[in-house]
Amino acid sequence: MEFRQATFRFGERTILSGLDLAVRHGETLVLLGRSGSGKTTALRLINGMLLPSGGSVLVQGRATTAWDVVQLRRSIGYVIQEGGLFPHWTVARNVGLVPELENWPTERRNVRTAELLNLVGLPAGEYGARLPKELSGGQRQRVGVARALAAGASIQLFDEPFGALDPVTRLGMQEEFLHLRQTLGITSVFVTHDVREAMRLGTRIGLLDRGTLVFAGTPAEFRGSAHPEARAFLRVLEEDSHAS
Amino acid sequence: MPLDVLQDLLEEGLPLLGEHIILVVSSVLLAALLAIPAGVLAVSRPTLRKVSLAFAGAGQTIPSLALFGFLIPLPFIGGIGQHTAIIALVLYALLPILRNTVTGIMGVDAAVRDSAEAMGMTRAQILRMVELPLAAPVIIAGVRIAAVTTIGTATIAAAIGAGGLGVFIFRGIASIDKYQILAGALPTALLALAADGLLSRLEKRCAVR
Repeated sequence: MEFRQATFRFGERTILSGLDLAVRHGETLVLLGRSGSGKTTALRLINGMLLPSGGSVLVQGRATTAWDVVQLRRSIGYVIQEGGLFPHWTVARNVGLVPELENWPTERRNVRTAELLNLVGLPAGEYGARLPKELSGGQRQRVGVARALAAGASIQLFDEPFGALDPVTRLGMQEEFLHLRQTLGITSVFVTHDVREAMRLGTRIGLLDRGTLVFAGTPAEFRGSAHPEARAFLRVLEEDSHAS
Repeated sequence: MPLDVLQDLLEEGLPLLGEHIILVVSSVLLAALLAIPAGVLAVSRPTLRKVSLAFAGAGQTIPSLALFGFLIPLPFIGGIGQHTAIIALVLYALLPILRNTVTGIMGVDAAVRDSAEAMGMTRAQILRMVELPLAAPVIIAGVRIAAVTTIGTATIAAAIGAGGLGVFIFRGIASIDKYQILAGALPTALLALAADGLLSRLEKRCAVR
């Protein structure tokens, strides 16, 4: 997956300009930035929710503009805050959404759904028939992750998924994310404005500042960055360590 | 009330009640068949939304007796009888159903629609599997309001020879006979309450979320 001079304009405004970045297999690229820095726009360029105004975004070597957009989206997992679950569907049906759209046989779909619910710690027998409103925020988030993984997508996108969770649940979900990455070897792009989350989850961090990529590198390299925007985020970490 | 009068009223009343129900059910069904698809189309088309809501709203501002009168001389759709009444009643029923369809669909949580799109659902799938089921309680509420209003307005249809329970009311007014008026008004009110109760239950059943 690769951004090549990807630019996105909305009317007169340039939201993202000349983004050059590649995501390698098995890595977690964290796009870090303040609100309005263009990180969600970059994420939405990957699954064709937005198309670049200039440059290109390649998924599996093919420009998103050349993909059938429905097929592109079904081959990429997408997790948002609270999972974006369908409130009128049971947990099991939510998880089996993409397999259902892809017309998997019911038996195969049920097996896959149960397997994924078990994987995220919500046994299908106990949780499968519930509605999302009968779950806690953290549990809904897990269902969202299970749904994104259901069709075996090679790339997973996370749009500030843990932003609405309390700090304890959030830490738990981050640990689970790391566990899933290790178990399944997924490639992911993760958007956050939380520098601690970025340092904990990223194998690489891309820092966006007003639509421009100002840093890309490992968390260790990020710590040494002299860029003012990187320093601004790093100050948060320093404050944290002072406080503890 | 003397017993023979009651018996006469009952004998005449049942067919009139039947006519009334036919008037209401066909008008509300037709209105729903027009307004729900129009509402669906109007959600993503602001100009169509404004025009259709303005049209449906304007229909409601015309006094019902006058609207029935206006329709009589029109070729094809006018004349005396049930079909003219149904056209007028459809015009009245359009607005609540159209407005609630638009409101219901536009009220679907943006995050839900967003994730549906991101998971690779087509526009038609999002409408069929997400938006319409989630908007259903609001749309049914629109149908309920339309049905209750139409049950009342349909009594005026008797003025243009469409029959229904209004026959009793107009005759009662002309002959200053309170029993006749009651014979029309009471079942109309009960019918409205029954429709309201029935559709309210349906509305609640759809609102699992």
